[in-house]
Amino acid sequence: MAFSKNKSQVDDGLKSELAKKGIVITTLNELYNWGRRSSIWPMQFGLACCAIEMIATACARYDIARFGAELFRASPRQADLIIIAGTVTKKMTPQVVRLYNQMAEPKYCITMGACSISGGPFIDGYNTLRGIDRFIPVDVHLPGCPPRPEALLYGLQTLQKKIDSQDFRKAPWYQKGLKREYAIPDLGPKGLIPKFNPEVWQPREEDHRKEKYGSPMVIGKKTKAPDLDAPPKQPKAPAPKPPKRSDDSAPPSKEA
Amino acid sequence: MTLDEVKRHIEKHLPGVALKPVRESLLVENPLDLPRVVEFLKADGVLQLNYLSSVTGVDYLTFLECVYHLYSMENKTYSLQLRVRVDRENPHVPSLVPIFRGAEFQEREAYDMYGFQFDGHPDLRRILMWDGYVGYPMRKDYKQEDSEVLDRDDIEWLQKHGVSVAEEHIKMAESLQTGGESEQPESEQTEG
Ligand code: SF4
Repeated sequence: MAFSKNKSQVDDGLKSELAKKGIVITTLNELYNWGRRSSIWPMQFGLACCAIEMIATACARYDIARFGAELFRASPRQADLIIIAGTVTKKMTPQVVRLYNQMAEPKYCITMGACSISGGPFIDGYNTLRGIDRFIPVDVHLPGCPPRPEALLYGLQTLQKKIDSQDFRKAPWYQKGLKREYAIPDLGPKGLIPKFNPEVWQPREEDHRKEKYGSPMVIGKKTKAPDLDAPPKQPKAPAPKPPKRSDDSAPPSKEA
Repeated sequence: MTLDEVKRHIEKHLPGVALKPVRESLLVENPLDLPRVVEFLKADGVLQLNYLSSVTGVDYLTFLECVYHLYSMENKTYSLQLRVRVDRENPHVPSLVPIFRGAEFQEREAYDMYGFQFDGHPDLRRILMWDGYVGYPMRKDYKQEDSEVLDRDDIEWLQKHGVSVAEEHIKMAESLQTGGESEQPESEQTEG
């Protein structure tokens, strides 16, 4: 993503030169976005193991407060960033979408970890949503299992860059008729109904995973089960090592 | 105590109970004997297996097996695994809730995942999956949905909620409906 939209016309060198003399030149946009990006209020919301990393990021050692995002709010009404930290199960998905809908504009979303991006290690599970971007728009995808706190800080900085690049005169949340509430899926007999929201997400055109494994990697076709009544197999004795050849000896004769 | 000694110990005190060692565990041949055996093990002065640490299931394709792990909080050295085998279509197992209250949630989970019917359970319903879920996902023949394509239900739902759906999704759903419930080609049936 390019974040060059809001570059000011004034040369950076000249700006810092003037700043030394106590003259500050800025644009309204810059000032406005500086304020917004320096006090992001994330939602206090974690789903699985990634949440532990998120907590570590908020603690003294990694100290997310350096980037102005230390105020974790326990209510979506007071938050402007949702960090989807962990596995989103199908059962939890309606709640996650509802929380996103309830956040006030402008709102942002970071998916943290492989699980919330794509299902991660549980992608073939009957119970796991294959990525929250099927139902809500995502601003920053943060890969890792789990991402280290540094990575979360980097993701936050990336989001800050995105905020910096927005123009408040054209910002969508000041426009009329903005629709940023997404349909909340229902729990059906086999999974979610619908399986994804086509306004937000479309299936990939080329799905290599599907080609390789079939989709989903099917359980329900397992035809083998262990036979417990059979005596347990003895581990095979390791094959004896072939004797070492020394270079100057004659080539070893073939043994039958 | 070795497994053989435990087996003989139980058989001595509970005549008529058929036990069979399977690997490191004891198979209770008749599932209806299970409460008797567990009650005896709990009260027994020697073994004192007074803690039921887990209730799980296994699907062996031709039958289902329910596995119980018993542990002694007094001796702290020995745990015993009990198995019962039941029919796949009609998996009735007597509940252990009257003996161990802690078995309640574990049995609900085994019911949720494998479909065991625990007779005598006070409140047998799903615990992990939601109400209205169909099927038992840990059974080996459970067929998962394909989450990359929209079915007709999904299309109907989306249209009802005012979400615009592209033409190709609708066509795809129609073709799935007419061509059988899954587009999974038969050749992909091999699975290790
Ligand atoms: S991505 Fe890894 S660490 Fe994060 S929630 Fe998933 S399994 Fe846990």
